[in-house]
Amino acid sequence: MRSDPIILIIAFGYLALLFIIAAWGDRRAEKGRSVIGSSTVYALSIAVYCTAWTFYGSVGRAAEHGPSFLLIYFGPTLAMLLGWLLIRKMVRIARAQRITSIADFISARYGKSGRIGALVALIAVIGVIPYIALQLKAITISYGVLTSYPGSATDHTPDGLFLLDKSFWIAIVLAVFIILFGTRQLDASERHEGMVTAIAFESIIKLLAFLAVGIFVTFFLYSGPVDLFQRAAEHPELAQSLSLADVPGGSAGWVGLLVLSTLAFITLPRQFQVLVVENVDENHLRRASWMFPLYLFAINIFVIPVALAGLMLGSAAQSPDSFVLTLPLAAGKEVLSLFVFIGGLSAATGMMIVETIALSTMISNQLVMPMLLKMRSLNIEQQEDLSGLLLGIRRIAIILILFLGYLYHALIGDSYSLVTIGLVSFAAAAQFAPALLLGLFWRGATQAGAAAGLIGGFAVWCHTLLIPGFAQSGWIDVSLLNDGPWGIAWLRPYNLFGLEGYDIYTHALFWTMLVNVGLIVVVSLFTRQSNLEQTQAALFTEALRQDALQNTPLWRGQTSRGELRRLIHRYLGHRATQRLFTQYQPDTAARETKIDDDTLTASPGLIASAEKQLAGALGNSSARVLINSVVKGEALDLNAVLSILDTTSQTLEYNRQLEQKSKELARIGEELRSANDRLRELDRLKDEFVAMVSHELRTPLTSIRAFAEILRDTPNLNDEKKAHFLDVIVRESERLSRLIEEILDLARLESGRMTLKPERLDLVQALHQSIDAVARLYEERSIELKVSLARDCAEVVADPDRLQQVMINLLDNARKFASTQDGRVNVTLEVVGHCFRLSVEDNGEGIPENQRELVFEKFHQVEQGSITQPKGRPKGTGLGLPICRGILAHLGGRLWVEDPENLGGARLVMELPCAPDQRVITQE
Amino acid sequence: MQKRTLLSRLIPLTLLGVLFFTPPILLIFDTPASNGLSWLPLYLFAAWLILILLTALVVERSHEE
Repeated sequence: MRSDPIILIIAFGYLALLFIIAAWGDRRAEKGRSVIGSSTVYALSIAVYCTAWTFYGSVGRAAEHGPSFLLIYFGPTLAMLLGWLLIRKMVRIARAQRITSIADFISARYGKSGRIGALVALIAVIGVIPYIALQLKAITISYGVLTSYPGSATDHTPDGLFLLDKSFWIAIVLAVFIILFGTRQLDASERHEGMVTAIAFESIIKLLAFLAVGIFVTFFLYSGPVDLFQRAAEHPELAQSLSLADVPGGSAGWVGLLVLSTLAFITLPRQFQVLVVENVDENHLRRASWMFPLYLFAINIFVIPVALAGLMLGSAAQSPDSFVLTLPLAAGKEVLSLFVFIGGLSAATGMMIVETIALSTMISNQLVMPMLLKMRSLNIEQQEDLSGLLLGIRRIAIILILFLGYLYHALIGDSYSLVTIGLVSFAAAAQFAPALLLGLFWRGATQAGAAAGLIGGFAVWCHTLLIPGFAQSGWIDVSLLNDGPWGIAWLRPYNLFGLEGYDIYTHALFWTMLVNVGLIVVVSLFTRQSNLEQTQAALFTEALRQDALQNTPLWRGQTSRGELRRLIHRYLGHRATQRLFTQYQPDTAARETKIDDDTLTASPGLIASAEKQLAGALGNSSARVLINSVVKGEALDLNAVLSILDTTSQTLEYNRQLEQKSKELARIGEELRSANDRLRELDRLKDEFVAMVSHELRTPLTSIRAFAEILRDTPNLNDEKKAHFLDVIVRESERLSRLIEEILDLARLESGRMTLKPERLDLVQALHQSIDAVARLYEERSIELKVSLARDCAEVVADPDRLQQVMINLLDNARKFASTQDGRVNVTLEVVGHCFRLSVEDNGEGIPENQRELVFEKFHQVEQGSITQPKGRPKGTGLGLPICRGILAHLGGRLWVEDPENLGGARLVMELPCAPDQRVITQE
Repeated sequence: MQKRTLLSRLIPLTLLGVLFFTPPILLIFDTPASNGLSWLPLYLFAAWLILILLTALVVERSHEE
């Protein structure tokens, strides 16, 4: 099972599977059904952070240094928590400016400086190649362990036989993979969908492999975690292994490593690649901000059990870095150990693939292209199509990086344990953090400051970590470590200026950051930014605030379309040029006159977008140089940018104000409309009122006039007739004057000019007086009037005359509407709370429920009889009840219609409040 | 009406994470259990999981664009 050919077939079979998956991912992307458009895939691709170092090294570090291995994962957890602030900003900038790598990003921030870009690329290559070597070393060791267990594995094959070294062939296969899936398009900022798909797949494999070995150790070798920890506790030498005391550097070392891993998570070239460049949608950051930490949690949960189990196994477990392999092997589980080997392989290859793509982009865009552009002798400017050349450079860079990695591994890889190389690389990448983070949030950071900080930090890193590493591997005399260079004690790399008590990483982190941040801040304060730098600084620091600014072309220069077209064509090839130029058509007027492209000026939008296209392929600084070569003029300076910013924010403010105003206007309009509606209604009512009044007045007038004319024109009328006619005239005149009186009353009521003289009086007494007044009329129609009073005396405050008017009106109404035969009217007085209620009920037809409020409207007459059989003309003026209600309202009372109680006709109820205490009155 | 942004919730959460993972609090938990092994790893994993769950809760409940 563990023979060479089988393992090799499985290993290379796995790599072949990666090719298939990557090809599938690319195919899906071409069809527009992208696999990587999900936050889960995004989170899994970030998990390229977990390399072979995690896979084998975490257990090793846990075995040797207790829980400090977790710090490597706490840092990224914290960084992802801040991702919505920090990484989202970077993603947005990278998208707007077509940024392809961290070197490009930092160079773009500092005025698209070629110098800074080259510096970052150089540091990245020097710092990260050992890390790639580490992955190859991990593959070699794990292969060795797998094939030669229980014998001890040799790190690599004897000198000169690298063709037999499996890791060399793995490097070759990876080079082919990366060239195929990493350099298909020139435009590096177009995502490598196939590659990301493969990386996400690798993340799943390594997680499953680690969980498998963890579950095997915890639940099959031991019966659960409790048992495992109990057994470990029986070993006295393990007692301290889980406490902080085992962490190098103690508390300070703990914090130092936490800071280091946080910074490195953002600045490692491969992390920048997956986090920023390969990000499809910034909203994926939301879910990734907990999903990725959850992934880290899962892949680490079994690290301590495996480490303890390995330590308890003793010498059979060999080096702590290979516990994950040796534990299943010692138990004879060969299939499981093969799966673990594949897991380690996927962790290593995933890292190498992404890191190599990131580094090759940096090398071609930040180091090689600027150099080629400067070498006039090559006449590179004159060549027709350079896109092939660019791809070629990138492919050579890929091969070179992997070869360098292999070389490093083959020559000096022996001397380091896995964790050591990893952390040295972390510290190198962390040198980008000050320039990156300060640049994102502090507009004042200048190019000179960033350059000084990077150089200073890198120099201190070389002194405190890189060179001592060489010394430890025996390349340089070890006396360097103990006595310092040239015997100067305060320059000892691990105890710079005599600083003692820290582990080497915290020590190096402190000094590098002190120099790096210090130089950036101090130099920035004493240097000035160029116009372009100011523009870029504003764009970077304001990235989350102003979308408008990002889309504003910041070019003021001029060039012709023809010239621009030739430039783009040379570097990006025919298709990209066509795409760009069809997007920016000249306006129709220019097209009609058929002016040649060479004389047409390119629009600022076209120039800006051409620069972005070039930046996507060549990096920002080279794109800048090229555009400068054809465009005359300068980019906007800071003031111009700021004025754009101001205008946008002003516009926003105006918009807000306008919106507020228009809302107010709408509200006022609504009010006006409703007021208008009310006025219209009132106007209509007035017209109706006038019409009704005239009508009501005309009826008696007409009859008076008619009878008067008869009297005038027929002198020989007999006396009896004459008397009758005169009688009619008098009655109609009375009615007329009563009507006018009522109209006047109503007018006074409605205008509020009715003067009432309220005084204390007895309602019962007033009622009797009213009944007396109508008694004769009742007798005439022989209507029975029944009065039932709850009180003998009911004191109210009211105007006696008006009150009588109301009561007489109610009684008279009842009389009019009571049944013609056997008419009956009930008058009742009750006390309800603090009020007296007087109800008058008749046995007439009653008032239909839907008309009970209408009767209080002016001139409203209840229809008598049914609609089909009207019963004669209405019996009143239609003004009585409205007047009554008005008077009562003035007196603080109410008047309404109720359901009939006993007689089944209309029942009108008036209510007046009881008079206040005598005492209160006298006091007034 | 004041709306809390996602950021204004994530920043305090980050500070909580820093508190969880740095020495003063760690030292409290760095005590041996009855069997002699330190509680520290258990605390670290528990604090880590709590932090992840809180983040998930905050992020998934926010609908900010």
